[in-house]
Amino acid sequence: MEDDAPVIYGLEFQARALSAQTAETDAIRFLVGTQSLKFDNQIHIIDFDDENNIINKNVLLHQAGEIWHIGASPADKAVLTTCYNKSESHCFLLSLALFSASLCTIFLLIISCDSRVVSCAAVWRMPSDWETGSHESPDDTAHNPQTLELLCHLNDSAHGNAACVLWEPMGDGKRVISLADNHALLWDLQESSTQAVVSNTATLEGKGQLKFTSGKWSPHHNCSQLATANDTAIRGWDLRTMSQIYCIENAHGQLVRDLDFNPNRQYYLASCGDDCKVKFWDVRNIQEPVKSLEEHSHWVWSVRYNHSHDQLVLTASSDSRLILSNMVSISSEPFGHLVDDEELSEGEDNHQDDKGKEPLKDSVVSTYEEHEDSVYAAEWSSADPWLFASLSYDGRLVINRVPRALKYRILL
Amino acid sequence: MDGEADETVAVGDDCVPGRRRRVHGMLKLYYGLNEEGKAAEESESLDPCDINGPHFDPELYLNKLRRECSLAELMDQETCMVKQIRSLDSDMQTLVYENYNKFISATDTIRKMKNDFKKMEDEMDCLSANMAAITEFSASISGTLQDQHTQITKLSGVHTLLRKLQFLFELPARLNKCLELQAYAQAVSSHRRARCVLQQYSHLPSFKGIQDDCHAIMDKLAQELRQKFRDGGSSAKDLSECVELLLQLDEPAEELCDKFLSHARSRLESDLQGLEAEIRPYPSAAKDASARRSPSLADNSPKFNTLPSPTSNTDILEFIDRGCNEFVSSLCLVITSYQELFINHAQTGELVSKNIPQMANCKLHAFVDNLAARYFSLVERRIQEEKSVGDNSLLVRALDRFHRRLQAVAKLLPGSAVPNKGTEIVIRAATERVKQYLSALQSFYMDSLTDVRQALATPRLSVAGASVAGGGAHLGGPGPGRDAPNSLPELLSSLSASILNQIKSVLASVHLFTAKDITFSNKPYFKGEFCSQGVRESLVVSFIKFVCQSSRHFCESAGDKGGSTPPALLLLLSRLCLDYETSTISYILTLTDEQFLDQHHSPVTPVTTLCAEAKEAAQKLLNHYVKVQGLIISQMLRKSVETRDWVNTIEPRNVRAVMKRVVEDTTSIDVQVGLLYEEGVRKAHSSDSSKRTFSVYSSSRQQARYAASYTPSAPMDTNLLSNIHKLFSERIDIFSSVEFNKVSVMTGIIKISLKTFLECVRLRTFGRYGLQQIQVDCHYLQMYLWRFVSDENLVHFLLDEIVGSSAHRCLDPAPMEQSVIEVICERGVFHKNGRPSFKVQLAVATRGAHLIGRLFFSPPSSDDRRGM
Repeated sequence: MEDDAPVIYGLEFQARALSAQTAETDAIRFLVGTQSLKFDNQIHIIDFDDENNIINKNVLLHQAGEIWHIGASPADKAVLTTCYNKSESHCFLLSLALFSASLCTIFLLIISCDSRVVSCAAVWRMPSDWETGSHESPDDTAHNPQTLELLCHLNDSAHGNAACVLWEPMGDGKRVISLADNHALLWDLQESSTQAVVSNTATLEGKGQLKFTSGKWSPHHNCSQLATANDTAIRGWDLRTMSQIYCIENAHGQLVRDLDFNPNRQYYLASCGDDCKVKFWDVRNIQEPVKSLEEHSHWVWSVRYNHSHDQLVLTASSDSRLILSNMVSISSEPFGHLVDDEELSEGEDNHQDDKGKEPLKDSVVSTYEEHEDSVYAAEWSSADPWLFASLSYDGRLVINRVPRALKYRILL
Repeated sequence: MDGEADETVAVGDDCVPGRRRRVHGMLKLYYGLNEEGKAAEESESLDPCDINGPHFDPELYLNKLRRECSLAELMDQETCMVKQIRSLDSDMQTLVYENYNKFISATDTIRKMKNDFKKMEDEMDCLSANMAAITEFSASISGTLQDQHTQITKLSGVHTLLRKLQFLFELPARLNKCLELQAYAQAVSSHRRARCVLQQYSHLPSFKGIQDDCHAIMDKLAQELRQKFRDGGSSAKDLSECVELLLQLDEPAEELCDKFLSHARSRLESDLQGLEAEIRPYPSAAKDASARRSPSLADNSPKFNTLPSPTSNTDILEFIDRGCNEFVSSLCLVITSYQELFINHAQTGELVSKNIPQMANCKLHAFVDNLAARYFSLVERRIQEEKSVGDNSLLVRALDRFHRRLQAVAKLLPGSAVPNKGTEIVIRAATERVKQYLSALQSFYMDSLTDVRQALATPRLSVAGASVAGGGAHLGGPGPGRDAPNSLPELLSSLSASILNQIKSVLASVHLFTAKDITFSNKPYFKGEFCSQGVRESLVVSFIKFVCQSSRHFCESAGDKGGSTPPALLLLLSRLCLDYETSTISYILTLTDEQFLDQHHSPVTPVTTLCAEAKEAAQKLLNHYVKVQGLIISQMLRKSVETRDWVNTIEPRNVRAVMKRVVEDTTSIDVQVGLLYEEGVRKAHSSDSSKRTFSVYSSSRQQARYAASYTPSAPMDTNLLSNIHKLFSERIDIFSSVEFNKVSVMTGIIKISLKTFLECVRLRTFGRYGLQQIQVDCHYLQMYLWRFVSDENLVHFLLDEIVGSSAHRCLDPAPMEQSVIEVICERGVFHKNGRPSFKVQLAVATRGAHLIGRLFFSPPSSDDRRGM
């Protein structure tokens, strides 16, 4: 059984932000945010037609700035959050006179452009008729893309630059957390998301300039837990009291880049970082990782559990590779599904069944080398559990599938 | 005619018996009697012309002759035949005459014999008549003498009885006398003779009295004997006599054995207690020994220090000596005398029937086993105390003596388990010793590493450190002027030399166990298993494995926390492991195999396995070294990128100090690696690499990128150029395995550093001058780093990527002129060389201006970090 070839889509800008459209469970749809300092940034809505292997794209303008992080509302298809950089510049004319030690007098005329780059976060709504655009000619959409409609800013001037925004998993789209410098802010979105109020905050205290780099809202425990990464540490927070509940110091040798919760095992957490490793933690015992993988040859930027089969773990790295691992031993179904032998009658099926009965070992399922630049993001589709997208810095989005052989082994 | 004459001569020459035989033969032939004749007949029967054959046909023969022969020949034939016939006739006559003579003489003899027999018959009749008369006379004589004979017999019987009675009556007095004279043997034999009689007639009062007297006396005697036996002071002969008599007195043998043995036991126990007393004061001494153990390991004299053994008053040899001389020899004495008394002696006597030898033997075995077990436990305790790995010869000699003396017991007591147990103890001691040596080697290795680590940490004192680690003797005394990196290869050589020396000395010590003059060396264990399993596997192979394992441990433990192991040590260990792989392991194993030749060829770990393990360790260490060094440089670069405000930076006037630091560090790493690893191959590079202009990104490529960006309608074209570029350059694995040479190591480190730089740049936003600063920095790196790597294109490519990315991340991308970049970078070089120039002063001035500017206008950002 031959696997389908990957589908590649090229964006004209560099891009880091990728998200599946979480609320969409029928169509395979991804959102990509671009990074350009000179042009209007865009959000590409990538629709993948699984049967025909065709990609349909729609472009929405995001004029506020380059997108660093994108998050889709779990409740409303049209609502999303972005973290973006915007630069403000002011120019000064400075004149300086200076006497140097060598008795020469030098006059310097300096024009200083004092620009500042600020990270912001905002909630947006896609225009209701964005889908109609796709029926028009592609040239038309490229030239006249529609603009996102701003719902509200998630900015609190007191709390620094936003690194990422997290939606409440499986929630009603009313609660988000933004991580800004060393603060975690819990927002309540009101009046159909047009107003955001900070309902609670947590602050990371410590020496030096601490900064959250990444975070994840746990889908377990009634969504009352948050895990964040700063520098080499991973911290867990209780959202009810906004207090730290655990802290894995030196979780990685260097920066922790990303986290993900196991969707089925409430205490299991995956992390990745600049030491090229992917580690799996049981937060009840934080002394040692449960498992550690070192397959990548450079920093690992993203780690994602498959939403339904948590043995499948996707990792993206700046060695331009995407690796799909099968971590059976620490998954919620370590022995696979139990199969009734009676169901299988044909010889071929039996043969396959025999294969399936061999205990699966933790292994790398596949390494995807379609990218030629660092891969910063990878996401599973929310509609099809066997499909995932990865995004590299040069703007290449690759959509891949789990190899069929493995798929059937897991299913059967 | 000549032929016939010849034949006659031949006939005449025949000697007489031969002739007769021949005559007989011919006759026989003629009559067909002989077997030979028969055979001949069979073979020749068919020829009718054979004159001697039975089927002779004279007609045929004559015809044949007439047909075939000439007249002369016929004449000859005729003469010959006549002659033959004539001789046959005379032979026949002679025979007939001889036979007739014999027949006549035989007839005469028979007739004479007939006459003689008749005479003899008469004489026989006369003899029988005489014999009958004699018998009659004899019968009458014995009849007359009958009465007297019976009387005499009766008298002699009475006489004997009287003499016996007299003996009985005199017995008590005699016994008393014997008792007085201490002639116990005589007394016992007398009593034995009388005992049955007295027993039989004890119903008679007089006999009863005698018996009672005798019993009383014998009891007394037995008492005395027992007393004598109990005292034991008497000589062995006395003792044996004593026992013998007691046995004859029906004293139970078992009891005697027990008594004898318990008596011996008490003596032997005192010996054992003496031995135990020597062990007893050990707890304090043991502590003492363990305290002294580590310095002895750090010391690297080819022989270990000879430590005073734990019990300071006696060393193990003395202890064993004492044990042998006191305990074992007296045990042997006991065994001999016991055997003499109860076994050998009893076998000859009538006591065999009572199974006494068997019983005695059992008792003896139990006795010996019991005592020997106690002795062995003492010896083992003592051996266990022998923890210092110092002078092994002492222990070996002690064990040898121990084993040798037990052979005596083995000879005396063939079936005993004692010698085997002794051998077991020796084997245990030997394996224990091997274990101790292994742990000693291991701790020696770890100590050496600590020393090396210290030497690395304090570069100025490295000489001292090296001499500590290397035992001084191996080092040619490095000059005091040398600085730290120079001593790295010396550290390596001294480390490996000292380890090798240590192994050799350990092997030499262990080899004592198998020396020819040691009694137990020819036991099968020491010939086979000890060599292969003991020394080769659990000592040498284990040690090599330990080295590899501990090396790997350095990689793992340092992996997460970072920096716990100095990188130089990693490098050194990696080289050490590589050396092990290439030569040392096979050398050590050859050495071992030579010294400990194993005849049985039990399966052993092959050299290749160990080599593979060592190589793997070396690879891992080197990879880790690259990673650690790369990380150190990466960290500098990352901090320098992350902490600066690149939007609001000033126009670049200088290469940032951190880049110089990077180049300096890279150079020093290069020197460090170069000390231990070969140069390695690099791809040919252009002669003017350092002068390479950055045309690729500063003009054409970058412009092309921007050009593409300005036409957003063609999404696929945007990345075309960079993609094409990447299409032709190989994918770069950043943290990949490196080869064992300098260039590869340096390539690895630089790859890691530059990739970090790239990724950090991509996370930042740059102003115009920020981009220009990056340009300057990259050019500077370009000038210096190409020479370290195997393929300079790699550096070019990564630096291109960095500048390209920063251009992309730039709000106002206005690249700097290439010529200006070059001027700035060269100025950096001057500055680095410490030659003050106008440009440097200018740089200083600019810095000052900046400071002043900041004072007045409080400019925006964290430029104070630019030092990074």
